[in-house]
Amino acid sequence: MTTTTERSLPQPRFTDAEAGAKEFPDSTARNYSYFTPQKRKQTHYEDVTVEVQPDPRHYLSQGWLYGFADGQGGYPLEWTALKAWGSDRPVPERFPGSGGKGYDWPAHGWHEFRDPNEEWEMTFYRYNSNVVRQITQNVDSARETKAFEQWNPNWVQFVERNVGAWMHVEQGLGLYLFANANRRGPTNMHNTAMAVNSMHRLRFAQDLALYNLTLSDEIEAFDGEAHIETWNSDPAWQGVRRVAEQLTAVDDWAEAVFAANIVFEPLVGELFRSGLVQQAAPRNGDYVTPTVVGAGEHDYAERDLRYTLAMFDLLVNDKEFAQHNKDLMNQWLSTWTERCIKASRDLQPLWSQPDAKPPRFEDSLDRVKSRFSEILRQLGLDDPKELTL
Amino acid sequence: MSRQSIAKAHEKIQELAWEPLYHEPVSQYGTDYTFAKAKKKDPLKQVLRSYFPMQEEKDHRVYGAADGAIRGNMFRQVEERWLEWQKLFLSIIPLPEISAARAMPLLFRNVPNPELHNGQAIQMIDEVRHSTIQQNLKRLYMNSYIDPAGFNSSLKNFQNDYCGTIGRQFAEGFITGDAITAASIYLTIVAETAFTNTLFVAMPAEAAANGDYLLPTVFHSVQSDESRHISNGYATLLMALADEGNHQLLERDLRYAWWNNHRVVDAAIGTFIEYGTKDRRKDRESYAEMWRRWIYDDYYRSYLVPLEKYGLVIPHDLIEESWNQIWNKGYVHEVAQFFATGWLANYWRIDPMTDKDFEWFEYKYPGWYDKYGAWWENYSRLATPNGHNPIIFEDVDYVYPSRCWTCMVPCLVREDMVMAEVGGQMRTYCHEACRWTDVEAFRPTYQGRNTPNMGQLIGKREWETLYHGWNMADVVTDMGYVRDDGKTLVAQPHLNLDPSKMWTLDHMRRCPPFASPNVLLNEMTPEEQLAFHADYIRQGPGGRPAPAAV
Ligand SMILES: [Fe+2]
Ligand SMILES: [Fe+2]
Repeated sequence: MTTTTERSLPQPRFTDAEAGAKEFPDSTARNYSYFTPQKRKQTHYEDVTVEVQPDPRHYLSQGWLYGFADGQGGYPLEWTALKAWGSDRPVPERFPGSGGKGYDWPAHGWHEFRDPNEEWEMTFYRYNSNVVRQITQNVDSARETKAFEQWNPNWVQFVERNVGAWMHVEQGLGLYLFANANRRGPTNMHNTAMAVNSMHRLRFAQDLALYNLTLSDEIEAFDGEAHIETWNSDPAWQGVRRVAEQLTAVDDWAEAVFAANIVFEPLVGELFRSGLVQQAAPRNGDYVTPTVVGAGEHDYAERDLRYTLAMFDLLVNDKEFAQHNKDLMNQWLSTWTERCIKASRDLQPLWSQPDAKPPRFEDSLDRVKSRFSEILRQLGLDDPKELTL
Repeated sequence: MSRQSIAKAHEKIQELAWEPLYHEPVSQYGTDYTFAKAKKKDPLKQVLRSYFPMQEEKDHRVYGAADGAIRGNMFRQVEERWLEWQKLFLSIIPLPEISAARAMPLLFRNVPNPELHNGQAIQMIDEVRHSTIQQNLKRLYMNSYIDPAGFNSSLKNFQNDYCGTIGRQFAEGFITGDAITAASIYLTIVAETAFTNTLFVAMPAEAAANGDYLLPTVFHSVQSDESRHISNGYATLLMALADEGNHQLLERDLRYAWWNNHRVVDAAIGTFIEYGTKDRRKDRESYAEMWRRWIYDDYYRSYLVPLEKYGLVIPHDLIEESWNQIWNKGYVHEVAQFFATGWLANYWRIDPMTDKDFEWFEYKYPGWYDKYGAWWENYSRLATPNGHNPIIFEDVDYVYPSRCWTCMVPCLVREDMVMAEVGGQMRTYCHEACRWTDVEAFRPTYQGRNTPNMGQLIGKREWETLYHGWNMADVVTDMGYVRDDGKTLVAQPHLNLDPSKMWTLDHMRRCPPFASPNVLLNEMTPEEQLAFHADYIRQGPGGRPAPAAV
């Protein structure tokens, strides 16, 4: 990296190049004119994200310039089997004298997606900085008040092993599912929302790892490496690990996000976090772990699920492909519900580990099943029969 | 967090990396490179707990400066000549930034070291930061600068204009083709390590000299993330070098990436800095001087050459040739002249050069006036409509150039133009290195070796093809470069905003039809094509027709 040597600057001069200084054609045209806002007025978020990723179906007149070995360039709509209206129209042909125009904006329904969290860099760094500050404060004050001394002895083991193991889920999905998906979506809004989702997970993974580090320093008996062994070979965790790995193996980006945020998160993630850790911790004298885990829970429940619902909601209500999309989602539901329920049931032994017992496993599972059903209702989808497994 | 606790935290998060036991992550991007699995250190040593607040702090400075610029009436002293070129620059740059984010997953499966993936994910979100912070800067210009035209239609224009197409290579090159060629060599080893200096350091300095102190705040903030990305690239490069079998591919990719970056970035940034400034103090460095210092000395001599000891074959010849193009062959001047020739197909206004500019050019580039002076005098003479056509259709001793099929900048250094027939089509290239890129490098075999993962050059690469035979009024309307009165052009070859001095569709309507050089070339007989080539390479400098044969 290079830095400039300071140089004397020319004297500023009065140029009067300020908005409103003169009247002429376009002198008041101060909105990005190339897209239709979702609501009446263009939002700041829309202004900084919409159309940054081009599309040969509307403005990109010369098409993509560089392709993979098979000649495909850019962001093929075929990278998911889901379709939005207009997807099946061919890319407009351009040839000598054809002109450059494609279809009128937006050309197809994928461009209608907006992240309801309106994430761009400013909102993203503010939010995540606040979260890490909050967690640091909570953990610091727990340390100062010797809060860890209140823990039941076998709760220490529970946290080192099980809460520790969860960091690997976040890390694996954050990188190989969500960061990976940021190359694959059809618009800049999809890919940016998925990149943000990826960072939530990577942050949560690190939050758990660093919390684990603090506990190693603070609690004599705390084994900071137990989570590795648990993740690698504890039979109760292998179901979760198997399905997490399977999620990163999916080629269709929309299926991967659907399976992770619509199926896996409620049935496995929330079951473990809200149905077990958050319930059991206070009963075992632990008021700190819930604040760390709660931050990740909040990311999912309040932000990541929110954009995911908005994204799939458009597709199940699509004016051309609603049924096609629902059929596919139903297939995905049946495949992934079965896998996730299996992973959840494998976790069951965890419920009997703490001294002070959490609610019964079956009750926790029932609760997340009905939460899952509620999410499906919001998308107008029915419970898959595998939910009764 | 203290330095010590960051180090400890960083060590701890290494425990997060794990290898799959049951299912491999999906493999979607191929490479012909091979990487051996080896324990690697994450070169970034970045922990999100300190990363987020650090970036937020930088943001505070950027947004604080933005408020300050508006409160301080910065736009009363901004040079319009400069800000007009920002309509081009800021339409291009958010896509390369976001493409760099999108490129990171290309590396996951191909560089099998989970320790490096963390750094790549942080780079991903850094790039989201860069893209949106730049879009935001542009939005502020649109709101506060006197002429919003061209900012307000920015991304549409970028997508259908030939200048946008040239710039787009500096984005698409990151995300397609062989994963390592794209996301490592082209993106990090060449674009970021070499050329971001001109983008993010030279440009801001020039902006400040033209009354804009906001752009420097934003771009220095962007540049402050760059050293991390350079470390990412370096770690991957060293791993690639560890395998002898990669050396031939590295040599190929460095040649392509170097030359393409030179062609594209030097064309654009060189023009902004030399022709977009009002600062003509003699002690201001010319683009050539900056290039010599930052790219030649800092990148080539200090970064690339030391890698020779690891077996890297460095394209010394192409680096010297780039310098030759900039210093002896007037590359930047030829490009600026071409942009100005084609002003009517653009979405910003290009200020004529004055005597003061001439003097500076002659001082910095001796011999400049003889080559380009008369043409720029004609440009001034023809700037406001007065019964004549735009300069492209007037006789000013300028031959409209053929476009390079590879870099898509026209073949402006006429003597270097080469032609090749590919897939039944005759193509023109600005230089042998661009011919090589298309005909030899981007192919499924390279020097007898199978390269099944190498990408392809695709698309309608000659912009003029689309408008072959069209009237300019229709071209401009089709692209949408018309102001809100329905007839005045966004682009103008001067800075006068008096509507009676501005060009309109009516003026365009009177012009002769526009023709595509490539379509015409392909209508010729082989003998005519040879004669065309023989004539072309005798043209120039400054686009002059070939002297009459003796
Ligand atoms: Fe960047
Ligand atoms: Fe070229």
